[in-house]
Amino acid sequence: MLDNSQFEPSPAEQERRRIRVRAHRRSLLVSLTSTVVFAVVVWFGLTSTPGWSRVQASFFDWPTAEKALPLVLNGLLLNLRVLFFAAIGVLIFGLLLALMRTLRNPVFFPLRLFARVYVDFFRGLPLLIVLYLVGFGVPGLRLDGVGRISPELLGIAALVLTYSAYVAEVFRAGIEAIHPSQRLAARSLGLSYAQSMRYVVLPQAVRRVAPPLMNDFVSLQKDVGLISILGAVDAVRAAQIQVAMSANFTPYLVAGLLFVLLAIPSIRFADHITEKFAKREQVGNLL
Amino acid sequence: MTEIDWNNPRLKVRGLRKNFDQRVVLGGVDLEIYPGQIVALIGSSGSGKSTLLRCINLIETISDGQIWLEGEDISVASINQDSVRREIGLVFQSFNLFAHLSILDNITLALRKVQGKTKAEAEEIAMNWLDRIGLADKANDYPDKLSGGQQQRTAIVRAVALNPKVLLLDEVTSALDPELVGEVLELIRDLKKTGTTIIMATHELSFARDVADWVVFLDQGVVAEEGEAAEFFAHPKNLRTHEFLSRLNI
Ligand SMILES: Nc1ncnc2c1ncn2[C@@H]1O[C@H](COP(=O)(O)OP(=O)(O)OP(=O)(O)O)[C@@H](O)[C@H]1O
Ligand SMILES: [Mg+2]
Repeated sequence: MLDNSQFEPSPAEQERRRIRVRAHRRSLLVSLTSTVVFAVVVWFGLTSTPGWSRVQASFFDWPTAEKALPLVLNGLLLNLRVLFFAAIGVLIFGLLLALMRTLRNPVFFPLRLFARVYVDFFRGLPLLIVLYLVGFGVPGLRLDGVGRISPELLGIAALVLTYSAYVAEVFRAGIEAIHPSQRLAARSLGLSYAQSMRYVVLPQAVRRVAPPLMNDFVSLQKDVGLISILGAVDAVRAAQIQVAMSANFTPYLVAGLLFVLLAIPSIRFADHITEKFAKREQVGNLL
Repeated sequence: MTEIDWNNPRLKVRGLRKNFDQRVVLGGVDLEIYPGQIVALIGSSGSGKSTLLRCINLIETISDGQIWLEGEDISVASINQDSVRREIGLVFQSFNLFAHLSILDNITLALRKVQGKTKAEAEEIAMNWLDRIGLADKANDYPDKLSGGQQQRTAIVRAVALNPKVLLLDEVTSALDPELVGEVLELIRDLKKTGTTIIMATHELSFARDVADWVVFLDQGVVAEEGEAAEFFAHPKNLRTHEFLSRLNI
């Protein structure tokens, strides 16, 4: 092996490096300046509008924010709980739907048809309407013995119904992107259809779809706020109550910022794995 | 080497036909192979070599004819295809290895999940084979770290480790750089010594002449000529065989 530690760059390479460093510094300076200029222009534009002082008073009121924060945070715990169970439900049901759609045996035609219709239907149906239908329709059935179903549970059901349709499509694309000879190779070793899915196709498909899956997760994360329309006291609902009590819109801003803060790690993580997988895709399949 | 029982072929094919829609790709192929033999399948591109191997492995549904494995008709509709594939290994030209598994796990997967061996048993078998092909130190690497020749050798021993009754090799060297072909052929030569029964589609004619017991020349979906390797290459009888061999300058 060659040792790189005693490598002395040639004068030409040293010159190249010097120029690169200088160019880098210059572009850093330019971007910094333009950012500051842009921020100042926006700030003056905003504060010089005629209604600015009123907007400031009703949206950026510090005492109202301080008072609303603990209550909104408490509501956010409910959102997190819903998010957790909905995400698990979506993964399981979405994967099942995707698998149903890949079955080729004619015996499974009804399953395949069901999955297909289901996915088309719920991809087209607005989440808000699913929430209304599930949230007010299911309790309307007056199922005996079940008792009163909590809005939290109904919200989870509605989110799972809708998001499974998206996630099923993501999984299906992933399964279909695996080179057919991987499946053939598995089958020719004697693995059954189910085994080759389980040990060969799915592990590779899941890796491949991790980035789009994370994006769906990020969007689920903010859509959990919609369960407030069912009456569950989540962050959005708590903010709404505070808005009504203080006649000030600041609590909405508080809730919004909390959702953003919650999403940032997921967004960063999604970017991170997208990058990582893009790198892994470069290598491999040398043959 | 034990005497070959000429009454009991390991694999027998009779009148095998395969149509894709209206196209006849295999027009009634007869073939047999006896235990421990190597049969080389040669023929120009599109002559149906791959299709024949895939039919034998039951990956393609045949249009007519029959296939027997050790006397049992495996072409009947009621056959359990998975259990047949457990007895017949197939290695392709490329993309054989599972990209998400290490070299070791690639080999142990079917040993464990198909043959029900324990992890320790499977790993012992796998390491033995890796040792034999000089890749023991790569056991925990992923396929993309291996050269094409190393990948193909791994794919071949992965199939051989399952002790198949017949091993089908479909142009396992044709996707490789010329300098990597030798190591794969060397492995096949080595397998012959252990008595593995192999049908290989190949463009490596000089290798076929050296190693194969029997050569089958496929032309437009039918067996145009077949014979013992030395005789086949020294005195081809069919005009098409002549053309094919002289085109390849052998
Ligand atoms: N799935 C398919 N559908 C339609 N035609 C096919 C299919 N598979 C193979 N064929 C056709 O069958 C013929 C034989 O193909 P096959 O792959 O068996 O040839 P081959 O002898 O292996 O050729 P090569 O040396 O190039 O690998 C070709 O003309 C091919 O176009
Ligand atoms: Mg071929």
